[in-house]
Amino acid sequence: MTWDWQVFLTDDGGGRTYLEWMLEAWRWTLAVAGSSWVVAMLVGAVVGTARTLTDRPWLVRLANAWVELFRNIPLLVQIFLWYFVVPKMFPAFQQVPGFLLVVLGLGFFTSARIAEQFRAGIQALPRGQRYAAMAMGFTTYQSYRYVLLPMAFRIILPPLTSESMNLLKNSSVAFAVSIAELTMFAMQAQEETSRGMEIYLAVTALYAASAFAVNRVFALIEQRLRVPGFIASGSGGGH
Amino acid sequence: MLGLDLSFFDLEMLRKFVLSGFLFSVQLTVVATVGGIVLGTLLALMRLSGQRWLTWPATVYVNGMRSIPLVMVILWFYLLIPFLIGKPIGAELSAVITFVAFEAAYFSEIMRAGIQSIPRGQVFAGQALGMTYAQNMRLIILPQAFRNMLPVLLTQTIILFQDTSLVYAIGAYDLLKGFANAGKIYGRPEEAYLLAALVYFLICFALSWGVKRLQAKIAIVR
Repeated sequence: MTWDWQVFLTDDGGGRTYLEWMLEAWRWTLAVAGSSWVVAMLVGAVVGTARTLTDRPWLVRLANAWVELFRNIPLLVQIFLWYFVVPKMFPAFQQVPGFLLVVLGLGFFTSARIAEQFRAGIQALPRGQRYAAMAMGFTTYQSYRYVLLPMAFRIILPPLTSESMNLLKNSSVAFAVSIAELTMFAMQAQEETSRGMEIYLAVTALYAASAFAVNRVFALIEQRLRVPGFIASGSGGGH
Repeated sequence: MLGLDLSFFDLEMLRKFVLSGFLFSVQLTVVATVGGIVLGTLLALMRLSGQRWLTWPATVYVNGMRSIPLVMVILWFYLLIPFLIGKPIGAELSAVITFVAFEAAYFSEIMRAGIQSIPRGQVFAGQALGMTYAQNMRLIILPQAFRNMLPVLLTQTIILFQDTSLVYAIGAYDLLKGFANAGKIYGRPEEAYLLAALVYFLICFALSWGVKRLQAKIAIVR
């Protein structure tokens, strides 16, 4: 077969080249993934923290139910639920744009996974940390805010990195409800031009590059937030 | 209730639309799990072999697969397989091949962690008994690695089962498609999606509960 990279410079019938369309689609992918990431982190941190508040059994049960609910339904089905079913059951949602519904779907789905990480991170801390905070006379809120969460957050940075990369990859599912993101572009442009190889290669490269960028940003954050004398803070080796 | 009408939901509808899709989803999950673990174990052994000509391709393959969205991988295979063999291939068969190849990358990471969790002494003990590399792996290392990683492997299988719904991208007839079709025919698409979500939830919830039980049991033995 022969390559035909010129395809990116041809007009798509709407006054823009396929290259322009693809970059536009890339922006949509980043917008969906970025907005969902904010939702997922906020909700995930709150739900994950709630799961460790053992003196409030109902809160723990509610948070556990949240995680089970969003973890045990395939993402694609959840996207369909947000996009088709929720607006039908609750007419108030008919005003909400599709983009936002997809962001909620992807965000809540990921929040369950991030909550799991936060819970594990908090529970991995030595019990003494909690007691120390109590001995200082901190309220529950204060001990989480100043003692437990800052440490837990640093511990779970590596799994948060891979969850964030997963989120970016999962944003591809938005194609199913006609969000004009990269995968949607790949499918449509492939059909219109029959240059599947070139289109898919370019789209795959953009996904890989975006995931790599996320990875680097987190590595930088991890490096910046290092606490001296703790996990992996040394220069490697030694005691 | 909330503008929903579930009256179309009965055994007849399940038999006509959902059953074959459900069977395909299960089949896809089982084949991809077995095939993925076998291929994944080979990839893990390649990566741990210490031979650069084996390590390098396996690493590129695993990291490559893991950095692309599954939907794109599904589209890629659907495009590439007919190109390579010179004739069109059904969406279902293409999905099976894709999932085995894709999941192998994820299972290989699990098996690699499992193999690395075995104390070195076990390897040395096998060698001291005069075992070849293959015997050592097959009789000593892999059974233990597999046992240690069983809960993680099963959790991955549950994720895999959920991911099979993504064959939607190439129009294969799976569990979700079964419900979606029924919804179209009866004019009740929203209700059909809701039922699909319920079925997926029940299956995955039951399976993950089972994995949790298993984990607790194994933990005692260790």
